[in-house]
Amino acid sequence: MRRSKILYVPFWATYVFLYLPIVVLVVMSFNSGKSAYTYEGFSLKWYGELAADERVQTGVVNTLIVAAGSTAIATVLGTLLAVGLVRHTRSKALDALALMPAVLPDLVLAIGLLLFYGLIQMTLGLYSVMLSHALFSMAFVAAVVRTRLVGADSSLEEASRDLGAGPVSTFVRITLPQLTPGIVAGALLAFTLSLDEFVIAFFTIGNAEPTLPIVIYSMIRFGVTPKINALAAILLLVSFTAVIAGQRLTKIGESRAQD
Amino acid sequence: MKSEVKTRPASRSIGRRLGAFVLLSPGLTYLVVLLLVPLALVLSYTVFRRGRFGGVVYEFTTENFARLVDPLYLDVLGGSLKIAALTTVLALLLGYPTAYLIAQLPRKWKTVALVAVVLPFWTNFIIRIYAWIILLSGPGLVNSVLGTELELLYKESTIVVGLLYSYLPLMVLPLYAAIERLDPQLREASANLGASGFTTFRKVTLPLTLPGVLTGSMFVFVPSFGNFVIPELLGGSKTLMAGNVIRNEFLKARDWPFASTVTLALIAVLVVLLLAQAWAARRA
Repeated sequence: MRRSKILYVPFWATYVFLYLPIVVLVVMSFNSGKSAYTYEGFSLKWYGELAADERVQTGVVNTLIVAAGSTAIATVLGTLLAVGLVRHTRSKALDALALMPAVLPDLVLAIGLLLFYGLIQMTLGLYSVMLSHALFSMAFVAAVVRTRLVGADSSLEEASRDLGAGPVSTFVRITLPQLTPGIVAGALLAFTLSLDEFVIAFFTIGNAEPTLPIVIYSMIRFGVTPKINALAAILLLVSFTAVIAGQRLTKIGESRAQD
Repeated sequence: MKSEVKTRPASRSIGRRLGAFVLLSPGLTYLVVLLLVPLALVLSYTVFRRGRFGGVVYEFTTENFARLVDPLYLDVLGGSLKIAALTTVLALLLGYPTAYLIAQLPRKWKTVALVAVVLPFWTNFIIRIYAWIILLSGPGLVNSVLGTELELLYKESTIVVGLLYSYLPLMVLPLYAAIERLDPQLREASANLGASGFTTFRKVTLPLTLPGVLTGSMFVFVPSFGNFVIPELLGGSKTLMAGNVIRNEFLKARDWPFASTVTLALIAVLVVLLLAQAWAARRA
């Protein structure tokens, strides 16, 4: 196949564009000077300052609480919904409804949810963020589990029923194990999305102690310091590790499934 | 195999219905309460008056729509459209060649290249924007390398760069999926029949990958159009996008009905575009 050399220009431009800011961010986190812009020398002092920052600590804890809670809700509801949609209805409208929270702009979801919480006069806080995150996470879990279900063989379920197993034990012993890789992938996706989510959390947290993305946002608005760079570097390391581990896991899952 | 299904006893169909109910009702209830009801609220608040400290007064009014068609807000909507469209075009120009070359890499490098495209997308959204503040600010890297003192932040173009950076991976993935599926023999046939590289691209490759182009464009356009974080952090206070108006009216001015009206306008624009996309995809 002929490949025109000129195509390599946008190709490499894409990768430089994607990684240059990240590299600069990480390098500047080791700056010994006070500036987030000019590098003066190597130091870990900003990591020390970061570790001592209580707002960041609370932010991390709150983010983990919200992510764990919303992932739990989303995984259960999303899995049931996916099985129900694939095995029991052919309704295109319901399919579209289940996917909607993942497709709508986050701002639209945020406004709608805030209006709703206002109407029922719910006090805002971590749990309102949790319920809100579960909404879009459920859509992603359902979508991931669905792809797995469509490829799965329903004759095993039929055999189980024909051999006298009840619907619950068929679901628990046949359907769920087949879906496990999809459920795990969906839950991981939900967890990561919740960790990074800013817009909906910003609107639905009220005056409660914020989650980490909101803490970072207010730090940036307040002023730029290498402390934010240190936090950024740690978060980058965490997400890169998670993505690469996730990639490995799905590969193992796939090769097991093929055996 | 299918013939055995017919012997299913009658009690099983009741069981199946019960099963469907147990499986579907929790998720659907959640969707109705936290998605459909809230969207209905957004829709209905557009015709009510604002409460003094947020909330609404249930008196019918058309003043929110009258305010929406004020040139000030129409300009904001138009400006958001322009910024989102420009971002989408740039994402296509960078993303298409990238996806095209990734699809032709050896299998092992393909995965590496794809993961490398997606990796930044999985890092914190706010942090990714922050990185551009560091790069582009007065004493930042770009100015020091160029030896200039350019004002690079707080412009419309800065917003475009931020949006492009945030959503480029969403363009590359569907494009890659579309290009990967393409039968290489089609391009060879076209070349053998004497078509130049560009003609082959225009007449064979591009039309066949058009669904990917449309999907990727939607993935970039939708979050760009409704964005308020990037214009706020990278655009300063000068350039307002529709998202900023919604955010300010909601959380600062506490005018919930007008914020709902702008949200409705945003949804309307997106629905029109989605319909246009579906129409174009069917023709492709």
